[in-house]
Amino acid sequence: MIEDEEIDLLLNDVFEIYGYDFANYSRASLKRRIIRLFALDKFPSFAELRYRVRTEEDYLKRFIEEITVNVTEMFRDPSFYKVLRTEILPVLGTKPFIRIWHAGCSTGEEVFSMAILLQEANLLKKSLLYATDLNPSVLEKVRKGIFPLNQMKQYSESYIASGGTKDFSTYYTANYGQAKLNEDLSEKIIISTHNLVSDSSFNEFDLILCRNVLIYFDKDLQERALKLFDESLGVLGYLALGSKETLKFSTIQARYKQLDKEKIWKKTM
Amino acid sequence: MEENDVKNRFKAVVIGGSAGSLSVLFEVFPALNPRLNVAIILVLHRKYSGDSSLSDLLSTKTSLPTKEIDDKDPILPGHIYLAPADYHSLIEKNYSFSLDVSEKINFSRPSLDVTFESAADTFGPSLVAILLSGSNDDGTAGLKTVKEAGGFIIAQKPETAQMPYMPQNAINNLEIDLILDSKEISDFINMLNQ
Ligand SMILES: C[S@@+](CC[C@H](N)C(=O)[O-])C[C@H]1O[C@@H](n2cnc3c(N)ncnc32)[C@H](O)[C@@H]1O
Repeated sequence: MIEDEEIDLLLNDVFEIYGYDFANYSRASLKRRIIRLFALDKFPSFAELRYRVRTEEDYLKRFIEEITVNVTEMFRDPSFYKVLRTEILPVLGTKPFIRIWHAGCSTGEEVFSMAILLQEANLLKKSLLYATDLNPSVLEKVRKGIFPLNQMKQYSESYIASGGTKDFSTYYTANYGQAKLNEDLSEKIIISTHNLVSDSSFNEFDLILCRNVLIYFDKDLQERALKLFDESLGVLGYLALGSKETLKFSTIQARYKQLDKEKIWKKTM
Repeated sequence: MEENDVKNRFKAVVIGGSAGSLSVLFEVFPALNPRLNVAIILVLHRKYSGDSSLSDLLSTKTSLPTKEIDDKDPILPGHIYLAPADYHSLIEKNYSFSLDVSEKINFSRPSLDVTFESAADTFGPSLVAILLSGSNDDGTAGLKTVKEAGGFIIAQKPETAQMPYMPQNAINNLEIDLILDSKEISDFINMLNQ
């Protein structure tokens, strides 16, 4: 058994030595991930896990990769993408430039899904997609744009459910069990590390997506992130959250109006 | 266990079910006391994701307020919470939910084990965990953790389960406190904290 106090000590080390602050993460998930890592790497005692994190910078990298949850998909929640396609992009399309921020983009499946929507709407050329995450390892994968081929069948189904009408396989080249997404989809993607805990606003956007990231934060940290998004959104910009997340309890909510069904809010002032 | 002890120490009941468990809930829910004093947390394997009509359907079977969990929802006594499809539901020490999209466990998301284990950590001896019908291994490891944390564990009587494998697996591997049919399950829940 790992005690809550031990977790506090470990997180404190990670903050003091490396500057990553996990104090306001959802404790239940964090604890589960730490217990999982402890078992995976077969530590004889918690003290040894703590020692390894304190002394080996390479192990810290693994620690970050394993305790954050990077699971993602292309066109996850097709109905969400359908609303982007039919309601949001036509509005954004009237602007001279479109700036989109994917905060907590993980390995990029969501960013590439967006690039496909923009390309199909003939808007990709005047768009910029900022893909950020705190974990540099996942960003390497965004840069490569290569995903497991065996996922493509499901992504193709979700793409069609989102209103896509093309043959999804025209968007990638299959090779040795891997699918390499077309280069032109990557051209407008800008990749950078950004930590929602400690970094500040860096641009003004027309659309910010932060889906299934806030579930890993406690309410105080959720509030910090939502304020950061509020500062980074232009008036009439859109904020999209995961299907079980909300800004209902946030102080920023008074300035936002939710679209009918999906977790998309429009900034009204 | 003392009769009195069973009655008053509980805060939450986590019910886990897979194939064949819906019909049990349709019998248990209408029989629940409308002045129930514990929270009920329901984790079900579901065939279709993105389908939130299950909570609507379940809410027609009880007068207790029933909702599908949103992230950070508080856990209140007398309320029924349904774990959403495609997320694991975890429980924080301040009695609220955190959702999680991490890897499937036992081929399932939601996984019964994940919620049982997380609830055991928060509620310890004030938790009842109930495992219903199913044809999956999920749930047994979670019940074990609940028991180790001092909680009370129940399996559906396999003869009454459409899919006896899941409760039978728990019975074969653990010291189950009670083995009950659906009528006895509702009676048991109604007796808590009254
Ligand atoms: C479950 S993934 C979500 C991916 C994608 N947005 C989606 O919905 O499919 C969560 C991501 O949030 C990132 N993350 C966690 N904490 C973060 C923070 N403080 N700042 C930026 N990203 C963070 C993780 O590294 C992980 O890649």
